Amino acid sequence: MLQISNWWIGDSSLWLVAGGTLLLSISAAVVGGFTFLQKRSLVGDAVAHSILPGVGIAFLIRGEKDPWFLLMGALLSGWLSLLLMDYLNKATKLSKDTAIATVLSVFFGLGILIITYIQQLNTGHQSGLDEFLFGQAAAMQQEDLIIYGTLAVFLILVVILFFKEFKLLSFNPEFAQSIGLPLRFLKVLLNSLMVLAIALGIQAVGVVLMAALLITPSAAARNFTESLKSMLWISVLVASLSALLGTFISFSAPSMPTGPWIVVCLSVIALLSLFFAPGKGLLARMVLQKRHQRKITDENALKALYHLGEHKSALAGWYRQAEVEEIRDFEAGVIPAAFKRLIRKGHLLRRGDRYQFSRAGLDEARRIVRLHRLWEMYLNQRLRLKADHIHPNAETMEHIISPEIEAQLLEELDYPEKDPHQSPIPYRS
Amino acid sequence: MSIEAIYIIITGALVAASSALLGSFLVLRRMAMLGDAISHAVLPGIVVAFLVSGERESIILLIGAAASGLLATFLIELLYRKARLQEDASIGISFTWLFAIGVLLISSYTGQVDLDQECVLYGEIAYVPLDLINIGTYQLPRPMLIAAALFIFSLLYIIISFKGLKLLSFNEDYAKSLGVRTQLWHFSFMAMVSLITVLAFEIVGAILIVALLVVPAATAYLWSQSLKPMLILAVILGVIASLGGYYMAVAINGSIAGAMVTVAGLLMMISLLLRKLLKKP
Repeated sequence: MLQISNWWIGDSSLWLVAGGTLLLSISAAVVGGFTFLQKRSLVGDAVAHSILPGVGIAFLIRGEKDPWFLLMGALLSGWLSLLLMDYLNKATKLSKDTAIATVLSVFFGLGILIITYIQQLNTGHQSGLDEFLFGQAAAMQQEDLIIYGTLAVFLILVVILFFKEFKLLSFNPEFAQSIGLPLRFLKVLLNSLMVLAIALGIQAVGVVLMAALLITPSAAARNFTESLKSMLWISVLVASLSALLGTFISFSAPSMPTGPWIVVCLSVIALLSLFFAPGKGLLARMVLQKRHQRKITDENALKALYHLGEHKSALAGWYRQAEVEEIRDFEAGVIPAAFKRLIRKGHLLRRGDRYQFSRAGLDEARRIVRLHRLWEMYLNQRLRLKADHIHPNAETMEHIISPEIEAQLLEELDYPEKDPHQSPIPYRS
Repeated sequence: MSIEAIYIIITGALVAASSALLGSFLVLRRMAMLGDAISHAVLPGIVVAFLVSGERESIILLIGAAASGLLATFLIELLYRKARLQEDASIGISFTWLFAIGVLLISSYTGQVDLDQECVLYGEIAYVPLDLINIGTYQLPRPMLIAAALFIFSLLYIIISFKGLKLLSFNEDYAKSLGVRTQLWHFSFMAMVSLITVLAFEIVGAILIVALLVVPAATAYLWSQSLKPMLILAVILGVIASLGGYYMAVAINGSIAGAMVTVAGLLMMISLLLRKLLKKP
C-alpha cells in the first residue's frame, strides 16, 4: 500500500514538473524568437546571469522564499543589467562584446557572493536558493506551477497581441518608426518580456543554461521556414518536445538534473536541424554545391570536346581524352570522371579509347557554346566592353543563363551569326 | 595577517595578474564572449579526463580541457561559417550544450568524480592553504605554485608574442600584408586562454575566470591610450581585486572568488564615475 501511494506521488510530481517546464520552455521560445532575430543571444545570456544578485537581495530583504518577491528582484536586476550593457556600449569606448562579458561576469560574481553569504546565515529557509544556478524543476511545487504557469501564459498572450509590431521592430525598425509605431515603448515592452521570460525560465534550467532555452529553439526552427510565424510555431514544438523529453529522462534516472537534460535535448535537435535539414541544412547545401560543381565540370568537358571538333573541323569525330585535355587545362582525373558521367547521361559515345558526341550531347554542347558566345556578344555590343575583356565573365554566365534569358538575348541581339572573336554561334541543327 | 591569508591572496593575485595580461588582448580583439564560451565549454573535457585518469591534477586533465576548448571553438566556427548560423547564436548554442553535457557527466558519476556543481562555479580558493606539498625544506600550497608557474608562463608568452599580438589586435589585415602568421598567433593565443581557464578552474571556478579575464582589462582600457600602460594597469587592478576581495569575503563570510569579482566590478564603477566627473568619454 505504501509503495503504491509512493509511486503515485512520484508520478503526479512528474506530471507537475513536466507541465511546469513545458510552459516555461514555450514562453522562453516565443520571446526568444525575437531575441534570436535581433542577434541578442548573448545579451539574453548576460541577463540570465545578472538575475542572480537580484534574487539573492530579494531573499535577504524578505527572509524567505516568497516567489513574487524573488521574481521582482529578478526583474529589477535583469533590467538593470540591460541598462548597464547599453550604457557601457554607448557611453564608453568598450565594445559591445566587452560590455556584455563585463556585466555578465560582475553580476554573476556578486550573485555568488550574496548566495554564499546567505548560505552561511543558516536561517533554514534558504534551501533551494542555490538551485537557481542549475534550475530547480524537480523541486517545483503546485503553488509555483500556478504562478509561473500563469505568467508564462500571460507572456505568450502579449506576444500574440503585439506580434505584428514586434515583427516590424525586429526586421525593419526604420520602417516601423516611419509608420508611427511607438518604437521606444515597443522596445521597452519586448525587453521586459525577455527579462520576464528569463526570470521564469531559470526555474527550469538555471541561470547558466538559460540562453539555450531562449535561442536554441529558434536556431532549430530557422532552417525549416522563411516566415516568422511558422518559425515561432516550430520553435514552440521543439521547445515542448525537449521539455517533455528532458523531464522524463531526468525522472527515469536517479539524481539526474532536469535542466541540463532539457538543454541537451534542445541542442541535439538544433544541431540535427542545422546540419541535416532538407534544403537549408549544411549537408543539403553541400550536396547541392557538389551537384553544381559537377554540372559545371561536365558542361566544360562538353565544351572542350566541341572546341576540339571545331578545331579539327569535324564535330562528329572520335577523339581521345588526352586530346580534350590539351584544349583546356583540366585538373588530373577530372576529364575521365566527367566523361564517365556524360556516357551515363547519354551525351557521349565510346569506342575503345575514343569518344564522340551523341545527338543529345552535341545539342547540349552547342547550347553551352551558344550561351557563351551570345553573352560575349551582349557584353561587347550592348555594354561596350572590349573583346579581350569579356571571356572570363562569359565562362561563368554560360552555366547560369536560363532558357528565358537566352530567348531575350537572342531577340536583343537579333540572332547573330558570329561572336566578337569571329567564331560562329552554333544553333540547333 | 595569517600565513593562510597570505597564501590565498598571493594565489588570487597571481591568477588575476595572468588573466589581466591575456584578457587585455581578449578585450582589444573584441573576443570577450568567446573567452566566456571557452570557460564553459572546458567542463566536459575536464570531467571525462578526470574519469579516465582518476586524478585531480594530471596532464590528462589539461589535455581533456584543451580538447573540449578546441572542440568548442571548432563547433562555433562550423556553425557560423558552414551552417550559416549567426555568430551570437553559434556561441550561445555551443557553450550551453557542452556545459550541460559536463553537468550531466558530473551528476551521473557523482560517486566517482570529486567535483561538484558548486565547485565548477565558485572554485575553492579558500582551500588553497590546505593543499600543501614539500619543496625542499619548505611546505608550500600546491595551487599557489601552479598559479606562480601560470603567471611566469603568461608573462613570457606576452613578452615573446607582444609584437604579433599587438598587430593581430589592432590591424589584422596589415599584419597579414606584412607576412605575419596571424593564424599561428591566433591559435597560440586561444590555447593560452584555454590553459588559463583550466588552471584557474579549481581556484576561482570556470565562470568567474571570465570576470578576471575581462573586467580589469576593460577598466584599464578605459584609462589607456597605449598598450603597455594598459597591460600594467590591468595587472595592478587584478591584484587590487584579489586583495580587496579576500578582505571583503572574510568580512561577510562569503565566497572569496565572488568577492574578488565584486571588487573588480567596483573598481570599474569607480573608474566610470571618475571619468564622468572628469568629463572624459
